[in-house]
Amino acid sequence: MNEPGLEQRSSRNWLGLLPLAVVLIIGGFLFAGLSLQPKEIPSVLIGKAVPEFDLPALPNRPKGLKTGDLKGQISLVNVFASWCVSCRAEHPLFMKLSTHGVVPVHGLNYKDEGPAAIGWLRRYGDPYDRVGHDLKGRVGIDWGVYGVPETFLVDAEGRIVCKHIGPVMARDLEEKLLPAIHALRQGDTAQC
Amino acid sequence: MTAELGHYALVLALSVALLQATIPLFGAWRGDPGWIGLARPAALVQCFLVVIAFGALMYAYVTSDFSVLNVATNSHSAKPMLYKISGVWGNHEGSLLLWLLILALYGAAVALFGGNLPAAFRARVLSVQAIIGVGFLLFVLFTSNPFERLLPAPLDGRGLNPLLQDPGLAFHPPFLYLGYVGFSMAFSFAVAALIEGRVDAAWARWVRPWTLLAWCFLTMGIAMGAWWAYYELGWGGWWFWDPVENASFMPWLAGTALLHSAIVVEKRDSLKNWTVLLAILTFSLSLLGTFLVRSGVLTSVHAFATDPARGIFILAFLIAVIAGSLTLYAVRAPGMKGGGLFAPVSREGGLVLNNLLLSTACATVLLGTLYPLFLDALTGEKITVGPPYFNATFGPLMVPALIAMAVGPMLRWKRGDILGAVQRLKFAVVATLLALLATLVLAFDGPWLAIPGIALGVWMIAAAVEEAAYRLRLFRVPVGESMHRLMRSPRSAWGTTFAHAGAGMVIIGIVASSAWQVEKLQVMSRGESLTVGPYEIIFEGAAPVDGPNYAAVRGVFRVSRNGSEIAVLQPESRNYQDPPMETTEAAIRTGWGGDLYAVIGDPTGDGSWSTRFYNKPMIHWIWMGCLMMVFGGLVSLSDRRHRVGAPSRDRALVKTVKTAASMVGK
Repeated sequence: MNEPGLEQRSSRNWLGLLPLAVVLIIGGFLFAGLSLQPKEIPSVLIGKAVPEFDLPALPNRPKGLKTGDLKGQISLVNVFASWCVSCRAEHPLFMKLSTHGVVPVHGLNYKDEGPAAIGWLRRYGDPYDRVGHDLKGRVGIDWGVYGVPETFLVDAEGRIVCKHIGPVMARDLEEKLLPAIHALRQGDTAQC
Repeated sequence: MTAELGHYALVLALSVALLQATIPLFGAWRGDPGWIGLARPAALVQCFLVVIAFGALMYAYVTSDFSVLNVATNSHSAKPMLYKISGVWGNHEGSLLLWLLILALYGAAVALFGGNLPAAFRARVLSVQAIIGVGFLLFVLFTSNPFERLLPAPLDGRGLNPLLQDPGLAFHPPFLYLGYVGFSMAFSFAVAALIEGRVDAAWARWVRPWTLLAWCFLTMGIAMGAWWAYYELGWGGWWFWDPVENASFMPWLAGTALLHSAIVVEKRDSLKNWTVLLAILTFSLSLLGTFLVRSGVLTSVHAFATDPARGIFILAFLIAVIAGSLTLYAVRAPGMKGGGLFAPVSREGGLVLNNLLLSTACATVLLGTLYPLFLDALTGEKITVGPPYFNATFGPLMVPALIAMAVGPMLRWKRGDILGAVQRLKFAVVATLLALLATLVLAFDGPWLAIPGIALGVWMIAAAVEEAAYRLRLFRVPVGESMHRLMRSPRSAWGTTFAHAGAGMVIIGIVASSAWQVEKLQVMSRGESLTVGPYEIIFEGAAPVDGPNYAAVRGVFRVSRNGSEIAVLQPESRNYQDPPMETTEAAIRTGWGGDLYAVIGDPTGDGSWSTRFYNKPMIHWIWMGCLMMVFGGLVSLSDRRHRVGAPSRDRALVKTVKTAASMVGK
């Protein structure tokens, strides 16, 4: 065997290691992935003032929702719709919050027919202080809503403190929202 | 007591698997027949023990033994029997036990039916198989014990996710696993061959039936999953490029490539390194799928409840198995010389093209699936990769593969002639042109991509049929001789015909159902009527009905076409109590032309209901095409050369030498 033949042989050896190298790199990423939380999507709105909006009330229900309503005290804004199944899962929790008067809860009724929303609130209970009717979903876009339900915690200055995607379950409330509300009341900065 | 028995059987299975993983391997190395001989009984005993464990868990489910934690969290006494049984694998722990069961069954199958394998080789195969088994047994016993007790036992269980309470889904996981785990056979054969440092035609002939069997199961499993998504999720879609769907599709693509490259090894003693690598990668992709589903690294609708400890364990095992086998590959591969030479245009060349395109397509799916993870790990940015990416990358790669797939079987080995092959496909060319014209005229206003899409499907089917006719020399020799040829022609060739035609049917189904779908979403009140495609639909109202473990609202729709009533569709919207969840049960009318799909949604409060209708032309061609592909695989599996047994190494060697000699002679 002459020189070029040997060279070819050794380059083939390296080629044989290529699949191994690729697999190890992917494995490294998978390992890193184990400590990442793909479901938690940060919102660009965190720490910013709530968007400017002014929504009408639902038919036969007083009090619409506008930017000014969210200033002056800490509140939760819950994006809901009568067509949303998961909203039903979190609803009893908001009923509890409102009967105990823990924190005012406002509703952002998203892409929903007025009568359907009212019927839904009659059937499952109405925990909301104010409800803005966002029929076309335009205000929802400003809030960065991409799935219902979503819940925002807004501080007394009207800034969005945190955003919860998906139904709020007892655990989310206890471990995330209530501690943040508590911290805000103490005058601390809160994040969740 | 049964649960403890099951647990104990698993522990015993682990010790047997440890013996099976080591002693025969050393025995084969030392050439000790006694140690080699341990492999068979060990595989059978291990299988027996895992069957007992699986039986114990199934018994706990069937008798609703809620003192077993796994049963209490996933079953409910009011559930129909079918779903009590399918509930066994409807959760993380139970599905792993199913995985183990299938792995052990394949091992036992090699022990029982692998009589034509040399004893040392079979011992190595069974040892490698047992190494995989040890990993999964450790995983089950240490992180996911399905037999854990819950004391005091609750009065009733929490129930199975209602979406999973469906006959289509009851058998989707077993088929999927029979496919995934079946590829472990290809893996074990590949690693055993690497240890021996010898890959030849005989090896390819042993490995092909196992791969083919796994491929048939996986095809069936994926098709069942897609079908379930289609009729159960209520949106008329059947494939979403969800990470977990991709996780099942990647081994399918790699496995399909493997099936084809193994033919080249068998017939021409070439492409050996590549085929062995594919065998390893195909099973690695199956393992990756297991990891993705159970670790929570990707966001998916299918994910099991996730637990970091489990993720670490599977990842460590995955890396050990894959990196170990690939290191062996890196050491051995350069020493394995390819035999038969061939021109770029030849049957082998066609199969190489098939492999290049399939594996590139597989790589693009892998990249799209893991890209959100890469980006998140590197930059912290969160994104999802959806259908637009896959349509833009996967589609263009598959189109040439599908066009070439029709020509490939017409090419000769060693040196082929494309022009000649296409000439022999002249009727298929004519049929394709006619299809092109017909769709152009009939569906001029539709999306233009549908026109070449349909033509592609017709081309694949027509070419498969014409290739079969060519093989029989139909209409060119007397009918009697064609019949004679029909009896004699190898079943594997018929397998190709059916599988390739099936793929063409799938393409036609996909193109037609997505291009010419009609979708109507609206609110309807009683007595209202609506036109969907060629159908007139009248809403007769909705009424509550009760199921065994749910309450439902059933809508009644009268469907007529050209004034005469053809069907009454009764979709349901179900509310399950345990666990509380709402599901849609679409009503589907399948006719010759396709499906009419009806869904009833929520009431609006004033006596009207939201409703959805889809007219999906030719969608059933997708399911029929998949069945045809599976049928083709089974026909090929029944080929004489698999039944009679593989040739001995000597005979294969003689053939190789002869071929090599003829090549040199030229």
